[in-house]
Amino acid sequence: MLTLTRVEEAMTKGVGLGTSPGEEPARGRPDRESRETVGTVTVENPRMVCRGVNVFYGDKQAIRNVSIDIGRNEVLAMIGPSGCGKSTFIRCLNRMNDTIEGCRVTGEILLDGVNIYDRKVDVVPLRAQVGMVFQKPNPFPKSVYENVAYGPRIHGLARNRAELDEIVERALRKAGLWDEVKDRLHEPGTGLSGGQQQRLCIARTIAVNPEIILMDEPCSALDPIATSVIEDLIFELRTQYSICIVTHSMQQAARVSQRTAYFHLGDLIEVGPTDRIFTNPRHPLTQDYITGRFG
Amino acid sequence: MPPFVLLAVLLAFSAAAYHLGRRRAFALAGAGGRAQRLHSRPNYHGALVALWCALPAILLFALWLAFESQVITRIVVEGLPEPQRSLPGDRLSLIVNDIRNVAGGRFEETAADPAVREAAATYRRLLGLSRQALAVVTLSLAAAMALLVRRRLRPTLRARNHVEGILTAMLVACSTIAVFTTVGIVLSVVYEAVLFFRIIPVGEFLFGLSWSPQMAIRADQVGASGAFGAVPVFLGTALISAIAMVVAVPIGLMSAIYLSEYAGKSFRAVAKPLIEILAGIPTVVYGFFAALTVAPFVRDAGGLLGLDVASESALAAGVVMGIMIIPFVCSLSDDFINAVPQSLRDGAYSLGATRSETVRRVVVPAALPGIMGGILLAVSRAIGETMIVVMAAGLAANLTVNPLKAVTTVTVQIVTLLIGDQEFDSPKTLAAFALGLVLFVVTLCLNVIALYIVRRYREQYE
Repeated sequence: MLTLTRVEEAMTKGVGLGTSPGEEPARGRPDRESRETVGTVTVENPRMVCRGVNVFYGDKQAIRNVSIDIGRNEVLAMIGPSGCGKSTFIRCLNRMNDTIEGCRVTGEILLDGVNIYDRKVDVVPLRAQVGMVFQKPNPFPKSVYENVAYGPRIHGLARNRAELDEIVERALRKAGLWDEVKDRLHEPGTGLSGGQQQRLCIARTIAVNPEIILMDEPCSALDPIATSVIEDLIFELRTQYSICIVTHSMQQAARVSQRTAYFHLGDLIEVGPTDRIFTNPRHPLTQDYITGRFG
Repeated sequence: MPPFVLLAVLLAFSAAAYHLGRRRAFALAGAGGRAQRLHSRPNYHGALVALWCALPAILLFALWLAFESQVITRIVVEGLPEPQRSLPGDRLSLIVNDIRNVAGGRFEETAADPAVREAAATYRRLLGLSRQALAVVTLSLAAAMALLVRRRLRPTLRARNHVEGILTAMLVACSTIAVFTTVGIVLSVVYEAVLFFRIIPVGEFLFGLSWSPQMAIRADQVGASGAFGAVPVFLGTALISAIAMVVAVPIGLMSAIYLSEYAGKSFRAVAKPLIEILAGIPTVVYGFFAALTVAPFVRDAGGLLGLDVASESALAAGVVMGIMIIPFVCSLSDDFINAVPQSLRDGAYSLGATRSETVRRVVVPAALPGIMGGILLAVSRAIGETMIVVMAAGLAANLTVNPLKAVTTVTVQIVTLLIGDQEFDSPKTLAAFALGLVLFVVTLCLNVIALYIVRRYREQYE
C-alpha cells in the first residue's frame, strides 16, 4: 500500500510512469535542458523501488531526485559519463555509503516494501540481501576457500564443515570458477588472475544467498577475455538474482542488460528497455552520450 | 685562523669555483647562449669545479685535524728532558695530559713543573704553526684544484656524469659510516667479552645458574669469589619483558583498532597525540612511577590477597614497562591498520559483516605482518630498557619466574657492574661486556625473526 502511494506521488511530480517496459507511451522529444526522467521507471512486481532519492556529500548534492524500480530477474545497467553519480547511487542500494563520512541520503528506497533507510532497519542483514561486487577485485588476503566461506560463516549458514564445503562449491560453480580453482582451494585468493579474482568476489557474494547483486564497474580492471567470461556469468545469474550493474562500456550495457538507465551530473535522465535506449534515445543528452559526442 | 672559519672560507671558495666553472662553460658554448653544444649543461660544469675545489681540501682538513695532536705530542715528548722521556707509558701520558692542559690554559701555569711549562710553550707554538700551515695548504689546494679543473673544461667534457659519480660516491660513503659504526661497536664489545671469556669459560657463563659478581677486592677479604652464570639474569629480562608485552600488546592493539576503525575524527585528533605523549615521557620518570607508586601498590594489593610480594617486584617493573611501550604498539599497529585498503573493508561490509567481524576476520589479519613487526620492535625495546628496571626491579639475581619476586635484568647488571669500584680488567667489569654481547645477539635474532615473519606473510598475501 505504501509503495502505491509513493508511485502516485511520483506521478504527480511528473516522473514518467508507464505500464511495463515494452509499451512506453510515445512522446515528443524533451528539451535539452530538461532534467526530468524520460521513459518508464517502473516495472511490474518490482524488487526494489527508489523514489525521490537525493544524496549529499556535505553540502554538495551528488544525486538529485532519482526514482527508479529494479525488477525481478532482470539486469539493470546504469551508464553515464564519469562523475555522474551512478556509483554513488548504486552504493545507496545497500547502504554502503554509510561508511563514507558526511554522506546523507534522503528519499525512499524500498526493498520488498520496507524502506531500507528506516531507523528500524538493520544494515547487516540488508547487505546480506543486497550483495555488491566492486570495481577492483578485492579478495581478502585468505585462501580461495576462506574467501567464499567468509560470508556463510559470519551468517551461520552452515551447520558443519560438510555443509560449508557444499556452499563453497556451489557458489564457485555458479561463478564459473570451480573447475579452475578446485585443486587450489587453499591457496591465497590474491594469487589468482584479475578475472578469476573478480569471479571469486562474485562467488563470495553469491555464497550468502543475496536477492540482489550490485556491480560497480566489475570489468573495468579486466582484459577483454576475462570481461566476456564475466558478462556471460552475469547473463546466467540473471535467472536467479536481480542485478544492477554500473558500467562505462555501452557495449557491455547493451550485451548484458534488459533495462538501461542514463545518469547525467546527478540526474537520472532516461530509463528504458536497453534496445530502445540504444536505438532510439529520446533525451538529447542520452543521444549525445550514446553517439559518443561526450562522455 | 680557527678551523671553523677556515671551513667557511673553503665553502665560499667552492661557491666562487661554481660560478667560475659555469661562466667558463658559457664561454665555451659561445655567444648567443648555444648551450646545446656542450655535452653537459653549464650548471654541471660549475658543480664539477666546485666539488673538485671543496672535496680534496675538506678531506685534507679533516685528516690534518685528526692527526695534528698526535704529531705535535710526539714532537713535544721528543723535546722533553731525559728523566721524563724515559718514564713508563702511563706516567708519561699523565705528563702529556698536564702539558696539554697547561697549553690550553686550563691549569694555573705557575703551578706546573718548569719542564712541563716549557713543553707547554712548545706545544702551543707548534699548534699555532700547524693551524697557519693548515689554512695556507688547504686554501691553496682548493684554489689550485679549482683552476686546474676549470682549465680542463671542454664542450665535450662529460661533466654531468662526473658530478653524478661524485655524488654517488658521497652517498656510499655516508651509508658506510652507519655500517662501520655497527661493526665498530660489535668489535669493541667482542674484544672485551673475549677478555672475559678467557677468565670465565663460555659454558659457565651461558649455562651457569648462579649470578653473584662480587669479587674480593683485597686478598684478605672474606667474600664470594664471584659466580658468573647468566641464566638468572636473562631469565629476569625475559620475565619482565614478557610481563611488559602482556600489558602492552592487548592494550596497544585494541586502542589502535578503536582509533582507526571506530573513533570519530575529532576524538582521534585528541586521543592519538595523548597516547603518543606516553612515548615522550623520559624513562627515568617511569622509573619513579614504578618504584614509588606501582611497586608499593602491587605489594599492598598482594598483601590484601594474602600474597607475599617483594617491594621490588618483577610485576611492578614489567607493568610500567608495558605502559611505556603501549604507544609503540599502538602507533605502529594504527599505521598498519590504516594501510589496509578500504576496498577490503567494503568487501566485508557488502557481505553483511558487522564492524567487529570485519575487524577481526579481515582488517587485523591483513595488517598482521606489520603488527607482528611492531610487536617485535617493542620487545627489543623492552629488553634493552634500563632505567625502569634499575629503579623498580631490584638487583637480586633470583632464578625464578614468579612475577611477585624481585629479579634483575641484563641491563641493570651491566649498569651496576660498570659503576662499580673495581679495576677495569677484573672479571666483574668485563662481565658487563659479555652480557652486552649476548644481549646484542638476542635482539639481533629477534629482528631477524621479525623480518622473516613479515616477509613470509607478505609472500602469502600479495
